[in-house]
Amino acid sequence: MTTAISVSGLVKTFGQTCALDGLDLTVDTGEVHGFLGPNGAGKSTTIRVLLGLLRADAGEATLLGGDPWADATNLHRRLAYVPGDVSLWPNLSGGEVIDLLGRLRGGLDPKRRTDLLERFDLDPTKKGRTYSKGNRQKVALVAALSSDVELLVLDEPTSGLDPLMEAVFQDCINEERERGRTVLLSSHILAEVESLCDRVSIIRLGRTVETGTLSELRHLTRTSISAELAAPPNGLADHAGVHDLKISGNQVKFDVDTKELDAVLRRLTDVGVRSLTSQPPTLEELFLRHYESDLAGETARHAAVTR
Amino acid sequence: MTTAALPAPVRTATATRGDGFAGTGALLRLALRRDRIVATVWILLFVVMAASSAAASQSLFTTVESRMRAAAAVNGTPATLALYGRVFDPTSLGAVSMFKLGAMGAALVALVAIFTVVRHTRSEEESGRLEMIGATVVGRYAALTAALLLAVGTTVVLALLTALVLAGSGLPAAGALAFGLSWAGAGIAFAAVGAVTAQVTESARTANGLGAAVLAAAYLLRAAGDATGVDTSTWLSWLSPIGWAQQVRPFAGDRWWVLAYLVVFAVLVSLGAYALVARRDLGAGLLAQRPGRPAATPRLATPLALAVRLHRGALTGWLVGVALGGLVLGSIASQVGDFIDTPQARDMIMKLGGERGLTDAFLSAEMGILGLIVSAYGISAAMRLRAEETAGRLEPMLATHTSRVRWAWSHVAVALAGTTVLMVAVGLFAGFAHGAAVGDYGQIGRVVVAALVQLPAVWVLTGITVAVFGLAPGLIMAGWGALTVFLVLGQLGSVLGLPQWLMDLSPFTHSPKLPGGTLSAMPLVSLTVIAAVLLIVGMWGFRRRDIG
Repeated sequence: MTTAISVSGLVKTFGQTCALDGLDLTVDTGEVHGFLGPNGAGKSTTIRVLLGLLRADAGEATLLGGDPWADATNLHRRLAYVPGDVSLWPNLSGGEVIDLLGRLRGGLDPKRRTDLLERFDLDPTKKGRTYSKGNRQKVALVAALSSDVELLVLDEPTSGLDPLMEAVFQDCINEERERGRTVLLSSHILAEVESLCDRVSIIRLGRTVETGTLSELRHLTRTSISAELAAPPNGLADHAGVHDLKISGNQVKFDVDTKELDAVLRRLTDVGVRSLTSQPPTLEELFLRHYESDLAGETARHAAVTR
Repeated sequence: MTTAALPAPVRTATATRGDGFAGTGALLRLALRRDRIVATVWILLFVVMAASSAAASQSLFTTVESRMRAAAAVNGTPATLALYGRVFDPTSLGAVSMFKLGAMGAALVALVAIFTVVRHTRSEEESGRLEMIGATVVGRYAALTAALLLAVGTTVVLALLTALVLAGSGLPAAGALAFGLSWAGAGIAFAAVGAVTAQVTESARTANGLGAAVLAAAYLLRAAGDATGVDTSTWLSWLSPIGWAQQVRPFAGDRWWVLAYLVVFAVLVSLGAYALVARRDLGAGLLAQRPGRPAATPRLATPLALAVRLHRGALTGWLVGVALGGLVLGSIASQVGDFIDTPQARDMIMKLGGERGLTDAFLSAEMGILGLIVSAYGISAAMRLRAEETAGRLEPMLATHTSRVRWAWSHVAVALAGTTVLMVAVGLFAGFAHGAAVGDYGQIGRVVVAALVQLPAVWVLTGITVAVFGLAPGLIMAGWGALTVFLVLGQLGSVLGLPQWLMDLSPFTHSPKLPGGTLSAMPLVSLTVIAAVLLIVGMWGFRRRDIG
């Protein structure tokens, strides 16, 4: 399998702020890769480095086999980009912007353009200044999706879209995957990431903290168990992978690491189970855990600065 | 002036009355906070300009005879009358010392007032910040009122400080106050003009341009009125707020009642702005939006085609403006010859560098001024580079198969070609009007050449703007700073008694004085090379720096 994007040890500082602090990212050709992290984690900075808009201070970055800074213009023939906050020329219509960006990229498919305008329910005759946020986003999406490119770089592309359009967007990305295109999708919408992405990278404070397929990541999450047993349990407290254990008589409540689930359930059935409810693991918990620790880190850093 | 307080939460009590002015105080404090440095710099710049002009001229005109001689030369030369205005009392030290700063200074104060009002009204609305503020307890008229109060307050402080330094330099206190207030009057009148143009258009750029066009028209009216009148200004001057500012006649009778014209004008025009605010939606202008094309024309396929499209409207406006200016100045030029018989006038011609006659000297001086004006277009067109970058419209462009240099060059090409088109238009229209007046259309060629030799100096200013964009994009306003410095050096340098090497810094000092002077290739080639080097340096810097 070839690699569409390969980044290692990327560093970028703006004055005193360190936006990227040794970031790693690998996106295989043909996959939809989710790029997650709290606000200010460095997602957009990474994307800007990959687009040759910013020059990295250190580290390696390869995009479609080329150097994103030196070969920017030629590489950009093969990719399309949708920024998270689309700004349009006030006196150009949406249709004109779609055509212009498409042509600058090296041409767009007119059939697909018409089809996408209809699916996204976008009026191409309105002038840039009269579009709402969601509609500006649609203009950039139509321009990107109707171009014939190998790689889509999407930086929170659905911010401002309504749920109906969110569904249309997900359909479009699934079609892109079927056509063998590579997608780097930075997003905050976990449902979107869960339904679209083959693999996910989570970054915080400019570093990659987690990367893998969704099922790999699920193993990092915990299942909540609440059970009524035949007798008080024993040995549960010091069993590996058990967290937040609460015992009252025969009732137990705890969280267990997904990889220890099997062993812990055996321990319970040894005692005898009267009833059991379990909450399946969600990615949301995993993300929140990372986001929250990020928040804690952020606070610690601020405290250090004020001191 | 320099309060650092952020706007306090607006009292909810005011909202329940449906008060359109609720929150004005808070917005005014916010505006003061934002402008505390810019406004202070502007005020100091004008005060220092007035003070150094007074100091430099007073030592020149110590005797009544020397003043009468200078005043006669000024009043007998339509070119000077058109540029600066009349000396109303030839015996008055103040009137002779300050005549060059009267109308010119008033126009500059007026320009700052327009920009200030637009900056705090239409710019805020365009960026969407006003919408955020409008959702809090802020009345419909609050932003406009705060902007007007800020502009009026700034100009009044400027006027009083100017009066103070003038009186301190030994000029009569009453005249000094009249002088300061004539500036303030012009500032207040054009703050109101800015308030109206900010309502009419949806973009701050157009609002500024429209306000500046009104100001240019007012300046031209008084130029025509002052230059064509015998011993006094004609009624044309009385159609112009800048003309009123001059007719206060500081140090030459101090006619305070004329200030009432300016105040009444400002009040009436402001009421117009308030009426427009009441009738339109937030974010909208007066002109309704028409739907655009569903698809782009085949031509819109390159960065250059996009740049042409983006600059088209502004360039058309400029073209109409300079064509009108050329027509007016060309037709005045023919009347200048009537005044050739006074010895003072002849003296003035020699000072202006004219050899073939007063008309040529006048045309040459006007071409210099129009060169400065057209370079403002070059700067604003080049500044579009930075505007596109900060608005976030550059990133999607560069994410296509468009190189940085190709993109930047598209806007630079429009700036260079646009300034060329404008100077050709200036030459054609001024030459045509002048040729029609003297019945010799052979004049058109001479005047067009006189206009074209200004171009290399104009391009230097475009080059400076592009160089700053490439090397230090945060300081992009330096383009305007350079123009201001060159304007002061060129138009006021001799009044301020600046040394020649300092005045030589302005590229316009080196432009050949045509028609009438000698056409030498050397300065034209050197200025073009300097402009080219600045452009290349800008491109080099832009290729290497981060975007955003």
